[in-house]
Amino acid sequence: MAKKARPGVEATQTKGFLKAHQWLILRRLSQFSILGLFLLGPLAGIWFVKGNLAYSETLGVLPLTDPHVLLQAVMAGVVPHPDALIGVAIVLAIYLVVGGRVYCSWVCPVNLITDLACCTRRVLDIRSSTQISRNTRYWMLGLTLVLPLVTGSIVWELVNPVSMMFRGIVFGLGMAWVILLGVFLFDVFVSKEGWCGRVCPVGAFYGLLGSKSLVRVVADDRDKCDDCMDCFEVCPEQQVIRPALKGADKGIGPVILSGSCTNCGRCIDVCAEDVFHFGTRFANEKPTAAKIEEKPFVDAA
Amino acid sequence: MANSGKGKGKEVNRRQFMGNLLRTACGVGLMGMGLGMYSRQASSLPALAIRPPGALPEEEFLGACIRCGLCVRDCPYDILMLGQLGDEVVAGTPYFTARTGPCEMCEDIPCIPACPTNALDHDLTDINDSRMGLAVVVDQETCIAFLGLRCEVCFNVCPIRGEAITLNYQHNKRSGKHALFIPVVHSEACTGCGLCEKACILEAAAIKIFPAHLAKGELGKHYRIGWKEKEKAGKALVTPDIEHRYNLPEGVRYDLQGEGLIIESEDKGELPVSSNPLDTLNQGFGGE
Repeated sequence: MAKKARPGVEATQTKGFLKAHQWLILRRLSQFSILGLFLLGPLAGIWFVKGNLAYSETLGVLPLTDPHVLLQAVMAGVVPHPDALIGVAIVLAIYLVVGGRVYCSWVCPVNLITDLACCTRRVLDIRSSTQISRNTRYWMLGLTLVLPLVTGSIVWELVNPVSMMFRGIVFGLGMAWVILLGVFLFDVFVSKEGWCGRVCPVGAFYGLLGSKSLVRVVADDRDKCDDCMDCFEVCPEQQVIRPALKGADKGIGPVILSGSCTNCGRCIDVCAEDVFHFGTRFANEKPTAAKIEEKPFVDAA
Repeated sequence: MANSGKGKGKEVNRRQFMGNLLRTACGVGLMGMGLGMYSRQASSLPALAIRPPGALPEEEFLGACIRCGLCVRDCPYDILMLGQLGDEVVAGTPYFTARTGPCEMCEDIPCIPACPTNALDHDLTDINDSRMGLAVVVDQETCIAFLGLRCEVCFNVCPIRGEAITLNYQHNKRSGKHALFIPVVHSEACTGCGLCEKACILEAAAIKIFPAHLAKGELGKHYRIGWKEKEKAGKALVTPDIEHRYNLPEGVRYDLQGEGLIIESEDKGELPVSSNPLDTLNQGFGGE
């Protein structure tokens, strides 16, 4: 920290501020505009979309259902209404294309808190972190699905910070800020990237979805990497970068295939050498051909 | 992890691996126990929070409601609210408070089709069949009908007027000459909408909506209500009482449960006995 400037400084110098922050800015725009759309109803009386992230209805016709919440309800013995099932199909289809954990980095409101926590850690130079396995979240996911089976009640939603924060903003927060403060403090003082990267079962669910999803970050210009470590510094799931970035010798392709990658695009931003681009999971198969095809895709996005 | 080292290193890694696995499993397991117990505690609904029409029984409801709030949005009277963390109502689940905002009993029940999980039963199409709770006249000491005053506001605002709440006329013993107009709730018609509780003119309502399980008593299974059994069977199920025979003068009979003494003399002017009691008394002396 003392030795090295903040990650992304070099990229800002070489690429300009906008280019070095484009995905971050787009991501914040996405997070706030989704919240904004839901708030238009209660605040301005414009009912473009009703509900919250658990289930919503857009323009009175388009249902969107959170598959994780509905799965919990089904485990509790519910037969959902057809609208809810259509909503699940649409949501699954969307995330199978854009990347499962795009939910985490582009939609989830708790991401704002955990990103702030990450920033706080960097500013206060907090290094210590309790080792919590990154696999804990899959155990948590299992737990959230077993509890409804045992108790007949959607237990996880009693405390789920993700749904609680979004619902809180749209319908009224109550004491939910205590849980959100807890998440922030947990991430700052207990475990680095603790909530999103290790514990959250919602992220784990979308991560499983993401391991099969189409759009991926590709280190297609990995030969240009100058080992500045900026991408590792900003990445909330560092372990996903290494195989794609440094795996050329072992014959590993340049696509970040891990479902844990949130497609936040911050690595693309902070890389002064433009090693990373958005591409598809099939970019591994024909490295050279894919490289040529992907450039226009990135520009269009 | 296991194949990164050789020999000794591998064993340590395996041990570490098992240790980590157990640590995670125990941590998550403990969390699950905590959550499970918290859910038990948190799932008791406070008496004055009423679920929307068509809501499943509370235990099933908590497994079915995904906390989306669409019923809240589709209620045209904005009476529904979502529980917030710190409220007594489970966070994210819909409820209304009868005293401040009762259910207006919309004919098309728009909150029900809004529900994506049947937590509000889509089979309920007639709002009069809904059972959100049950009105109870909880306080006979303050309800002014019991004090002898004419009120009948609850009776008059009731959307199922004359069926869910009726007025029972009773004698006012205090004044000795007036009637009491006592409101009586009938569970076979009351939907628990809460309009009566909202309308009650007292500072604190004397008629309140409670969840049915708090409001209703239950007869022992072995109880039989005689007159209902009689109606079902079409005849008395016990040996009828032997009719009592009164030794009365001719042309007079006695109706025990009706009019009392009935005099049926043929020519109405003359009684079988003289209206002058002295005649009867003197009979024994001069008659024969």
